[in-house]
Order: sequence, then C-alpha cells, then structure tokens
Amino acid sequence: MSTGTTKLNVTVTEVVAVNELVKRFHFERTDGGDLPTFSGGAHVVVEMRDDGRTRLNPYSLMSSPLNTRDYTISVRRDDVGRGGSLFMHNRVRRGTEMVISYPVNLFSLDLRAKKHLMIAGGIGITPFMAQTSQLAAEGGNFELHYTCRTPALGTYTDVLAQRYGRRVQLYYDDRNEKLPLERLLASQPLGTHLYICGPAGMIRWVRETAAAQGWPDETVHYEHFAAPQPGAPFDVTLAVSGNQIRVGEQQSLLKAIEAAGVDPPYLCRGGVCGQCETNVISHDGVFRHNDHWLSEEDHCSGKKIMPCVSRFEGSSLVLER
Amino acid sequence: MGINFRKETFRDDFTFRNSPEFVRRFPFPFHEDAYMYAVNIEPHVPGPEGSVLENLIDVDEHYVAEMEDRALVLAEDPLRCQSLPHMTLAGWDLLELLMTEQANGYPEHFSLSRDGDRWRWINRPLGIDDTFTFGDVSTLPYGPMEYITRQSQGDFCILDQRDGNLWMDAGMVTTQADWSLDFDIGMNFFEWHAPVPLAHEKGIFTRALKFLTNIQQGKPARRLNWTMTINPRLDTSPENYHKWGTDRMTVTPENVGDKVHLRVELQSFWRLPRSNALVFPIRCYLIKMDELVTSPKWARRLHRVLRDLPQELADYKGLTRYRPTVVEWLSKHDDGAPTSAGFGPD
Repeated sequence: MSTGTTKLNVTVTEVVAVNELVKRFHFERTDGGDLPTFSGGAHVVVEMRDDGRTRLNPYSLMSSPLNTRDYTISVRRDDVGRGGSLFMHNRVRRGTEMVISYPVNLFSLDLRAKKHLMIAGGIGITPFMAQTSQLAAEGGNFELHYTCRTPALGTYTDVLAQRYGRRVQLYYDDRNEKLPLERLLASQPLGTHLYICGPAGMIRWVRETAAAQGWPDETVHYEHFAAPQPGAPFDVTLAVSGNQIRVGEQQSLLKAIEAAGVDPPYLCRGGVCGQCETNVISHDGVFRHNDHWLSEEDHCSGKKIMPCVSRFEGSSLVLER
Repeated sequence: MGINFRKETFRDDFTFRNSPEFVRRFPFPFHEDAYMYAVNIEPHVPGPEGSVLENLIDVDEHYVAEMEDRALVLAEDPLRCQSLPHMTLAGWDLLELLMTEQANGYPEHFSLSRDGDRWRWINRPLGIDDTFTFGDVSTLPYGPMEYITRQSQGDFCILDQRDGNLWMDAGMVTTQADWSLDFDIGMNFFEWHAPVPLAHEKGIFTRALKFLTNIQQGKPARRLNWTMTINPRLDTSPENYHKWGTDRMTVTPENVGDKVHLRVELQSFWRLPRSNALVFPIRCYLIKMDELVTSPKWARRLHRVLRDLPQELADYKGLTRYRPTVVEWLSKHDDGAPTSAGFGPD
C-alpha cells in the first residue's frame, strides 16, 4: 500500500508583503493547467531546496476552494525557527519554481453543523480564509472571532471585515481587548461546531473551556501543526534498513531517517496525520512525545513514536525502519 | 469503435449474457488456488488495455441494461437512493468525478463541456443532453448524486469523514450482495461491518479504516470482493429477499452452468475534493459457470477455492445450500493440473 500524496510543479506568480511579519505567496501550475479543487481547511506541503537540504513545511491554503487557477499561502516569519519561514521570506520570489503536495485536509468543516463558530489567533487565520469563502458561497452560517497582537499585525483583518461585516469580531491585545470566551461558548445555538486554529496555549484554553461547559468532543475541531522542537542530539538504530543515525539538535527524527535514504510515509510533518507512526523495537531512555496523534496510552507504552515531531533522550533507541 | 450495448434483463426471463470478449476481461478475483480475507488494497491506477481496469470508471456492454434495471428498482423502492442533508456537496463532487471519467474514457458515448458553472452533459447511450448550473440543485431533475448514479454502472456509497471514522451518509445501492443502504445509513465503519465473520478478530477493519481515512485526492485505491449469485440478478437486496432467497434451492447438477454465477465486486475508494468525503463505488460483474469454464485455469481454480472455503465464509456469503452441487459440477473441469500464478485466464 503506498501512501503520501501526488506532487504538483508550481511557479510563484506573486509575493505580497502583507505586514511586517507575513508574506503571501501565489502559486500557479508551471504547465499552465488548473490546480486540483480542495476543501476549506486543507494544507499543502511546500518543498524548499536550500543548498542541498530539503525542507518540507505544511501551510494552509487560504485562497477560495472554488478558485483552481492559483493557490495562496501566507507565511509568518519566524526568526528563531528551523528556517523554513526564513527561506520562504528571503529566497522565494516571483518566478521561483517549487514543488508542493496535493491538498490534504486534516481540519475539515463538519457539514452537519447548523452554525460554524471559528476562533483564530494570529497566523492561525489562514485555514479560516478558505473555510469562510467556501461557506459564504454556499450560504453557510458562520461567525469568526479573531485575536491579533496589534492592528498593524492583524493579517487580513481588513479583507475579512469587508467581506463579512459583523460576522467577524476582532480583538487586539495592545488594546486590551479580550475574547469573551465563556460568554461566547455559553450563548451558541444547538448544533454549533467550534473550530480553533492558533497558538498551542489558545487551543488548550478554548478546548478546556468548551469541555468545562459540556461541549461534546465531536463538535470541537482544532488544527495545531506542532513545529518539531529542537533538542539534544541523539543516536538511533534503524533495524530494518540497518542504519545508524544521529539526529542533530535542529533536525527532526523524520528528517534524519530520510537523510539516511529511508523513506517513511508522511503527510503533515506536524504530528497530526499519523502517517509516519513508527514502531519502537527497544529503548533505554525517555521519549519526548510532541505529537497529537498517538494516545496517552501509546505515549506511555514506549512502543511507538511519531518521528516528525518527537525526540528521545537516552542511551539507545532501536526503530523498526 | 464504440461499445455494442446488449439488450438484456437481470430479472424475470434473465437474458443476461457476456459476449466472448467480455468473458476474457472478467475480473477473476483469485490469484491462487485458495481464498482467505486480506486487506487486499492496491492503488487504483489504469490497467492493461481491454481489461476492466483500462479506465478507472469502467463502462461495458451491460451499461444500458443495468441502468434500466436500476430505474425499475428505484421505481419500486425510492429508499435505495438516500443522501443526508449535509452530503449534497459530496454529491456534486461525485457528479464531477463520474462525468469527467466517463467522458474521458468513452468520448464516443459521453461528452462534458464546461463554461464556468454552466455544464453541458451528453449521454448518447441513454439519450440524455442536459445543460445545468454546477452547484445549483434546481437545474437538475434529481439531486446531483442521484442524477449521475442513474447513469453510472455500480453502486455508490459516499462516506463522510469525521471524528476519525467514516459514516455511511449517502448512497445509491441497487445491485448489492445482500446488504441495505436504508438499514446502514448513518452508521460508521465498524457498525456497518459488524456482521462480517473472522475479519474483526484479525484486526482487519481497524487497519482498513486507518488506510481509508488517509486516502488522498488524486490517489484512489481499489480491492476486489466476491460472492455467488443464483440467476444473473443484480438486485439481491434484503428488501427483496423474498424474490431471490428461494432461488438458492433451485440449483441442480443439470442447471449449474446457466444458473450459478460468480459475482465480483470491484470496489474503489476516492477522496472527493470539495467535501473531503470518500466515495466508494462498488461495481458488480457477473459471469455464468458455463462462461467461466471456457477458461480451463479459472475452472480449476474456482473448483479448488470453493471446495476448500472455510464454512463460516461459505455461510456468510450464502453459499451453504448449493456449494456441494457446484463443487461437484466444477470438479469435472478440474483435472488436477497446476494453475499458473496471477488472475489472468491463461
């Protein structure tokens, strides 16, 4: 059984500086054809060739799913991250040819919802750009609450306010405006589904508040791509391929496995989709699990790891790869 | 050169036949002389020219007759086609998929032209020429799923994906091997597979669900399933059990060749782009024992598979009553010679 997605060859047709931190990139197919239709909430994995290294970062598609002429993504510059966003900001220009994956949706709308209540923080706004376009075209009932640091850093607040008027509520940290979460969640009609995309702390806060108010798990949806965390280097034995590898401080375990010429399946590279789940044959040490895929039980068992985001500290680790 | 569509029936006088070239392209499901469940899923990519896999959505000589039979089933029982309210978008996805695949694969029989949202669909075998607005239900005579699946061979289940599971929330099911959409509608993957023996213990459904929920756009997958049917009847539904259940008592050594059919389902799995749902076309192929034994390899192999099939599986597939008669009949076509590897007829 093969996994993974088909690749698309695209050309950057436009790069727009949205504000001090965010740039928007437009992609069209290099061969001039139409791109695949997608559903709101989908992401693509962008391949970045950086002096012999390949980075693979997922970004939510923010264009209208009805538009198959071009795809757009928005990238927030992260000066202390692993460098993917810096590569996009500093090296990618109009005319750059790139490879992206087919769209994959791990943050799908539940189309049974009577109302879609969306909560975004910062650059977490991007999947909602596509979802609101999709819902607006179908006459769907949605409401978006969006928190930003300052008006100057409020990515797409102007576009959203213009498109949707009072269906969008903005909250600015520098004005001490606070999302009235408890009141908001308590006042929703039956059949409302809740969607959250933003920093980890925000996702936790909204999920916990919803749970405390008795929202069923099935109605609470969130997307959180964990960025692989740096950490102390560690050594790994890949039992199937017979490789000994060292995972660098800034490198993910998945990247290190790939660098050894082994190709595990992957989709999101963010600890969400489950594709790269790997069996642990033996270990002597402590796992640093950072994924949202494995159960608590799996984390404690010491028998599985998600190499895209999780790490290990100890004297030996043998994986079934 | 187009397909020569047969005029035939799947009920009453049962005039269904395969012409010789369609016997050769039959998707024989056994790659060895024994059968056991496996997650036998593979990428759904085009296969050899002249095979049922040449096009990813196959149209064959039975197309017109199958669509007539479907219309008869629906006229008697409209609940064979159901779509829960949130599945309309997935219905449009399916309409696009089937129109595109049929028009690309069989341009002499089907054409699709698109001008933005204005689409024109021509289906020559059924005499249809409709112009409609994609996304606007009021411009079609039926909902989008019903409209296109009245014009496409095989059953179709559309599965909504949520909460890490798949939900049977829409479908057109008129050619089924004894299961009911009306009964299963709204169920999740484990609920609708609950009656299957042996496979749960092997963890097959857990693994299959994981695979299916990860199927990506542009990368469909497929598997074959099989059973047997007495008389070439497409509609072997629980709703009509009273019409076909007793057929199983009519098998005699004299009529096996004409009455007993191997029934193969080509099941494929596709991610739909706008709705993020999965569609699961289940295409049914029938072949008479008389037709099947024109391939000596298939005759030998089917004899061995049926003879050695575990009793639970024979019971589940509903073969118990007539299996000995069929095995005895097939044994006359099995000289004990070894069979070559693979599915082909030799």
